[in-house]
Parts: sequence; C-alpha cells; structure tokens
Amino acid sequence: MAISIISFIIIQLPQGDYLDREIQRLEEEFGDSSSLAQVEDLRERYGLNEPLWKRYLIWISGFVLGNFGESFEYKREVHELIWDRIAFTLIISTGSLIFTYLVAIPLGIYSATHQYKWSDHFLTFLSFVGMSLPAFLVALSLMVFAFDIFGVPLFGLFSAYYEGAPWTWGKLTDLFKHLWIPVIVVGINGTASLMRIMRGNLLDVLGQPFVQTARAKGLKEVIVVGKHAVRIAINPLISILGMSLPGILSGSAIVSIVLGLPTVGPILLRSLLNEDIYLAGTLIMMLSLLLVLGNMLADIALAWVDPRIRYE
Amino acid sequence: MNNTQPSEQVESINQEQSSAEIGQLSYRQLIWRRFRKNRMGIIAGALLLLFYIVAIGADFFAPYHYNEINMRLRHVPPQVLHFSTSDGFYVYGLKSVRNPESLELEFTKDLTQRHPVKFFFKDAAGRRHLFSSAGPMFLLGTDRMGRDLLSRMIYGGRVSMTLGLVGVFLSIVLGSILGTISGYWGGWVDNLIQRIIEILSAFPDIPLWMALGAALPPGWSSIQIYFGITIILSIIRWGGLARQVRGKVLSYRESDFVMAARAAGAGHWHIITKHLLPGCYSHIIVIATLAIPGMILGETALSFLGLGIRPPMTSWGVLLEEAQRVTVLLHYPWLIFPAVPVLVVVIAFNFLGDALRDAADPYSD
Repeated sequence: MAISIISFIIIQLPQGDYLDREIQRLEEEFGDSSSLAQVEDLRERYGLNEPLWKRYLIWISGFVLGNFGESFEYKREVHELIWDRIAFTLIISTGSLIFTYLVAIPLGIYSATHQYKWSDHFLTFLSFVGMSLPAFLVALSLMVFAFDIFGVPLFGLFSAYYEGAPWTWGKLTDLFKHLWIPVIVVGINGTASLMRIMRGNLLDVLGQPFVQTARAKGLKEVIVVGKHAVRIAINPLISILGMSLPGILSGSAIVSIVLGLPTVGPILLRSLLNEDIYLAGTLIMMLSLLLVLGNMLADIALAWVDPRIRYE
Repeated sequence: MNNTQPSEQVESINQEQSSAEIGQLSYRQLIWRRFRKNRMGIIAGALLLLFYIVAIGADFFAPYHYNEINMRLRHVPPQVLHFSTSDGFYVYGLKSVRNPESLELEFTKDLTQRHPVKFFFKDAAGRRHLFSSAGPMFLLGTDRMGRDLLSRMIYGGRVSMTLGLVGVFLSIVLGSILGTISGYWGGWVDNLIQRIIEILSAFPDIPLWMALGAALPPGWSSIQIYFGITIILSIIRWGGLARQVRGKVLSYRESDFVMAARAAGAGHWHIITKHLLPGCYSHIIVIATLAIPGMILGETALSFLGLGIRPPMTSWGVLLEEAQRVTVLLHYPWLIFPAVPVLVVVIAFNFLGDALRDAADPYSD
C-alpha cells in the first residue's frame, strides 16, 4: 500500500510541474505589459533568461524547500500570499464534501427503497437538474436573489466589519454565517450525481441473494436495508470520494470568483490574466497536490472500511 | 462500477416473454425499441435536434445579425409581442427618456407606434429571416451595445453547441484509439496509458482549463481560438472514455469469436475494427452523449471568466460574461437569459444520455 502511494506521488509530481512550466513558458513568450527595460530587469532578477530546464530545476528545488518564488504583480513572496487562501479553499471544499455525502446518501437510500414511486421520480428529476446546473450560475442567481430580498450583497466570506480584523470569536461566527452559501453551491453538482450512484448501487445490492436471505429470516426492512445492504452499497462511494475531489476544487474555484471569496480561485484567475507565472504555477501545483493528498486519503479510507481491499 | 455486458446475457433472453420477437430483431432495432419507450429521452432528443437546427441555421432563424450595433438602443428591456387581427404580430415602438437621477436612457413603450413582425422578412442586405421587423424589435432586450440579445443567443448557441460536439468527437477519437491500444496489447503500453490517464484525472479541471485558456495567444483569430478551446476541453476529457473502451476490449479480447477470428488468421487491424470496436459503439455513444454537457459547461465557464471564446465571436459564455456583475444584473436582469438555453441543452443531453444508456443494453431487464 505504501509503495502504491509513493509511486502515485512520484508519477503525479513531475507531470504537474512539467505542465505548469509548459503553461508558464507559453505565457512568457507573450511577454508582460510593463515597459521593456523593466522587463529586462525582471528577467534578470527572476532568472528568466536561463534555459527552460535550469529555471525549472531552480523553481522545483525552491518549491520543495517552501520557497515558491516571488509574485510579479504583488511584489511579494508567493508563500505570503497563498496560505490563507489555501486554508479557505480547504475549508470550503471539505465543507462541501461533508454536505454532499450527508445529503446524497440518505436521499439515495430513500430513492432506492422507493423505486419508481413518484417521490423517486421527483428525486431523479431533481438530481438531473442538479447535475446540470453550473455552479457559477447558481452562485450568480443566488447573489441577485439575496440582494433583492435582504438588500445586502452576498459578497466575500466576512461582513465589512470583520474584514481585515484579527481573529476573534465574533469573526469566526461571522465566517460560518457566510460559509454555508458557497458550501452548498459548490456541493450541488456532486450531491446530485452521488445520489444517483448511491441509488444505483443500493438497487443492485438489494437484488442480491443475501438480502433475500435476510428478508426471509424475518428481519425488519430497516435492518435489512440499513445493516446489510447499505454497508455494501456505500463502499464504491468512498472510492468515488477521490474522483469527486477535482469537481469540488474546480467548483470552489469558479464559485469563489463569482462570489468574491478569498480562496485560490480569484487569485489564480488574476495571476493567469496578468501572467504572474510563479504565483499561477504555485497555485496550480498546490491544487494538484491537494488532489493527490485527497486521493490518498480516499484510498486509505477505502482500505479501512473494506478490509477485502489490499494494495500490493 | 458494474457494467453488465449484453453479450453475456444473450442466453437468458430465451426465457423472456417476447423472446420469439426479439430473436428476429437486430441489435439496433432492439435499442430503438427500448429507447422509444423512454419518453423523457425522446423529448430531450427532439428538443436538442430543434436547438441544433436553429443554431446551425442561425443566419435564417435569428431576426438580426449578432453584431448589429445600435448605440442609441442600449440596454433596451425585452419587448412584449402583441397580436391583433388587423396587424398580426407586432411590438410597440420605443420611447427613450433620460432618467434624471442615473442619467441613463430608459426605454418605455410608445403606444402610438406599432412595428409589425413580418415572417420571411428580407433585410437591407437581401438576407431572409424567419421573422424580423422593420422597426426595432428586441423580444429579449438588448445588451450594452444595443445588440439584439435573442439573435446573439441563437448565434452563440451555434458556437457553444458545436464546440461541445467537436470537442467530444475529438475525445472519442483519442479515447477509443488509446483505449483500444491499451486493452488489446496490454503490457507496458497499457500501463503507460493508464498512468497518463490517472495523471490527467488528478488535476482539477477548471483551474487547468483556465491556465491553458490563458495561454492561448491573444493574436489568434476567432476560429483559431474556437479550435484552441475545443482542443483544451477535449484533451482533459478523453481519459474516462479510454478507460471504458479498454474495459470493453479487455472483456472481448479473450472471447470465443475473437479467438476464432485469430485462429482463422485475421490480422490485428481486422480483429480490432471488425470484432472489438463494434462491441464498443453503443458504449461510446452513451459516454459521448453524457460528455457533451460537460464540454458545453466548460466552454461557458471559461468564456464567462474571459478566458474562452473572445468577441467578436459570441457564445453563451461570452453573453453571460456581461451578466457577471450583480449591479449590472440588478439593472438589466434580462442579461441572464443566455443561462436558459445552457440549462435546457445540458439537462436535455443528460436525459438523452441516460435514455441511451438504458437502451444500449437491450437484453437486460
């Protein structure tokens, strides 16, 4: 198992860098908007005149040591800029993930045990709509809606009062007051598809002989479903956990841009538009790393829940 | 993931009631029979067909050209279509009043003027439109440059919807070739391809698309950008399809009919194209149908962020970009209309794909 994880990381890491560098190389070719002398100056300073592989080596060795380079635009070290944002990204993503599983599993179970009843049809239709709704549109309409009703813009993660204030209890509660909206918006897509998967899995399991045996023994339906069927049907959902991470990170990026949240999304967009390569590279790298980490956790969780699975 | 394979269940159909009839029908006919029963699938399919016809014939179906600018008619709210027996369909004329507070021009109905809506209207350039009017007629309002939103949505649909098709086509080609190679030859080739797929799927797609989208040279023409975006979208999405094709090919590779073909001296090419790929077609079509909405949403999201299709070309995402700011939306709520076709098309594709998935497995119950 350990080997699989390590090889996984080894496979993932260099590819991620290479791609980042590739993107950056392309960006550099178009230059940036500052004046020519400044450009030359910057080039010298950031070592952009060095050949590609050398720059890559410098960057990646710095990266491993926690030195991500300097942002062109903000004139500050990249690592000063990103940690808060990564923390908020993590908070929102984890929140959405929990929301997704908390909502999707019960609904999926309900839908499967009421197959072809109108409530099942209704939930199925709802999940289709949910899968189709692009998160940024939901965020946008929610914002307009909230503005219409409450007259306050749903912007950012904090009220104006706490913006930039030091961390206090009041600020924390304020954060949670704002947090649920992006969490739900980001989670909608995942919830809908997860519900479908849960429903399908449970239906498959319910058709199997051991469930019939359990029923024949005279067990209550609640126990048959809850104790026998759901335990089996839930396994694939844990392996899907890893696969649903890219969607959630993507969703949080774009929703954050629309809602103006202080996560990785908006700063990534800015850095890309301004060709702020070290910042953009670090951010993409970080997001991929988060994913690899998430996948690893999902693998571990799966092995823990289902002892039949062993990695060699 | 559990995909029950149709071929494995051939025997069990003999016990079904309509076995005699089924025995006479081809696989394709069975699929069609099954598909026809799914009402949502039929509705979705018909709707999509309609959308595509309108989008492809945009020059005819849209009342105006998408770049027809009327600087004096900016942000006109949607006009209501009226009907009377004497005039047929008509809209009232527009009266502009300057708002004393915001100093913006605001438009109201001019009840003295009626602009009849003519069908098969011939415009100044001699082009025919399904319907249009000699006077200003903006059924869904206009944008910040006084361009008709309805026309822009129809033209935008052409870009957004074909982009989905082209992108999925590219990923099908890439996915089935690599999936077949991976499944048929196995060994280190298989390993390599599977690792590449894993790496691709480990990236969060929107940030990666954003990065690639931002990397498209600003000097490119609209058409180049269009294909650039298509390639970006499909390059990340072929992995899933390749996996499925590989699984199929693996399951068929050792089957009796392939063995027989091999024993009879058939070449690799013959076995792949004549025996293996046909077994995957239904699967590929289903996956492709379910992949199109993802592509359309990807394009919409990218353009929405200003990293996708660039003006003067228009797409639903480009149109929604104007609606990005809440203040704009509060003043001109009709700018959100382009979201409607996006939703309809994406939901329809999901229903169609689901119906096809059920139908593609006609032997199962």
